[in-house]
Amino acid sequence: MAEFLGYKREDGRVGIRNYVGVMSSVTCANSVVQKITEQVEGTLPIMHREGCAQIGVDYEQTVRTLVGLGSHPNLASVLVVGWGCENVLANELAAKIAELKKPVEWFIVQDSGGLLKSIEKGSVIAQRMAREASVLRREPVDLSELVIALQCGGSDTTSGIAANPAVGVMSDMVVKEGGSVILAETTEIIGAEHILARRAVNEEVGNDLIRIVKRFEENAKQMGVDIRGSQPTAGNIAMGLTSIEEKSLGAVMKAGTTPLQEVLEYAFRPTKKGLLVMDTPGRDPESITGMFAAGAQTLVVTTGRGIPTGSMLVPTLKLTGNPKAQKISEEIMDIDASVIVEGKKTIEQVGQELFEEVLAVASGKKTKAEILGLDELSILRAGPTM
Amino acid sequence: MLGVVRGGVILAEKRAIVINENDNVATLIADVTAGEIVLVSREDKEENMTVTQDIKFGHKFAIKPIAIGEEIIKYSEVIGRATAPISVGEHAHVHNIESMRGRGDIKEA
Repeated sequence: MAEFLGYKREDGRVGIRNYVGVMSSVTCANSVVQKITEQVEGTLPIMHREGCAQIGVDYEQTVRTLVGLGSHPNLASVLVVGWGCENVLANELAAKIAELKKPVEWFIVQDSGGLLKSIEKGSVIAQRMAREASVLRREPVDLSELVIALQCGGSDTTSGIAANPAVGVMSDMVVKEGGSVILAETTEIIGAEHILARRAVNEEVGNDLIRIVKRFEENAKQMGVDIRGSQPTAGNIAMGLTSIEEKSLGAVMKAGTTPLQEVLEYAFRPTKKGLLVMDTPGRDPESITGMFAAGAQTLVVTTGRGIPTGSMLVPTLKLTGNPKAQKISEEIMDIDASVIVEGKKTIEQVGQELFEEVLAVASGKKTKAEILGLDELSILRAGPTM
Repeated sequence: MLGVVRGGVILAEKRAIVINENDNVATLIADVTAGEIVLVSREDKEENMTVTQDIKFGHKFAIKPIAIGEEIIKYSEVIGRATAPISVGEHAHVHNIESMRGRGDIKEA
């Protein structure tokens, strides 16, 4: 059985990094969060633009995502900072995170003497939490504890020929060892849903998949427009991708060949292991944030043109099958998949390399995006701002 | 531009990939000019074909004659429908293929 060195958490999950998260409950608290994390080593800012004037399912989705991020296995503990007049409340987030067995503290800026005094207060709390986190050590854990998020961005026709099939080889290896991979981006399942649905473990899961794809397509149709206005993107088309069907058939290669175990709504935690699908949009920041909230500890991104997607919370590995992009963007590509179209290595060889690199990263090796500090996070909105 | 000789046949240097034997398009992995011969690779065989237009890296050309309205097949799956006849060696892209999905602009019958 394959193993990696990870941090065992109280909730039974395993982290591959060991930060103290400092998370804003609302956009207004971002400046305080930013200053605390600049001051205190070992902390990581978790900032976003939401948290106020949200209602209904939109409010619920934001809260669910923030609770998922705050309880993430790559965090030793988390400090939640609220401003004071928002409707996503710091104390409520903290209570939900505590229920999930993550050490958590919180405070409100308006109740702490204002912005500057809050930076001091938060820094003192975060310093104590960072000292406590620093004594935690990595231990050997089974690969079955690993959940890998999959994403593609700036796709071209090499994505479906080289990088995505190589990720598929890795996905099959991970699932065979008992681990999990999450395929997302519902837009990029349109036209390939029948392939995944017939691999579903049962009819219900197959129907779930068809339902989320149909819902996505209906939303586009209800606007009375042609989805081709944005999918494939202008960049995709310039690189030779003709239709959303072609893009999707290449994109789902990332999922490998194992049975589909579960279909998740945005930012929900999996209850099964193996191949999972999450309903997210194609745009990277919102899509990856949904998978992070579900507890994915690492992210694998394929690209055709070369995109800077990355996360400090969830170490991100990138690869491209395009020789030109590999040359231009080598500093952000962890694995070279362009050798596949050049006929120098097979899809299986590159998939194996990626699998080994993912295990190394899970045990502490830093990714190129991580070292350069590439960090994206954005919560998907489900309703209008009030 | 011609390259290696294998089995008595001169194989073109520039390549295109056919993913499945049912496909009617190939994907180029080099920029080519009209009249150029390219090596089309399939899982079990390779053959020279001539492209009839300038086509860029990553773009597709027809490897079988495709009639107007006919389905475009790649990965052995439908990726769209021809909006004009496409001859062998001709560039196959958004100018002669349309998507059939997510089309809110078309009223369903």
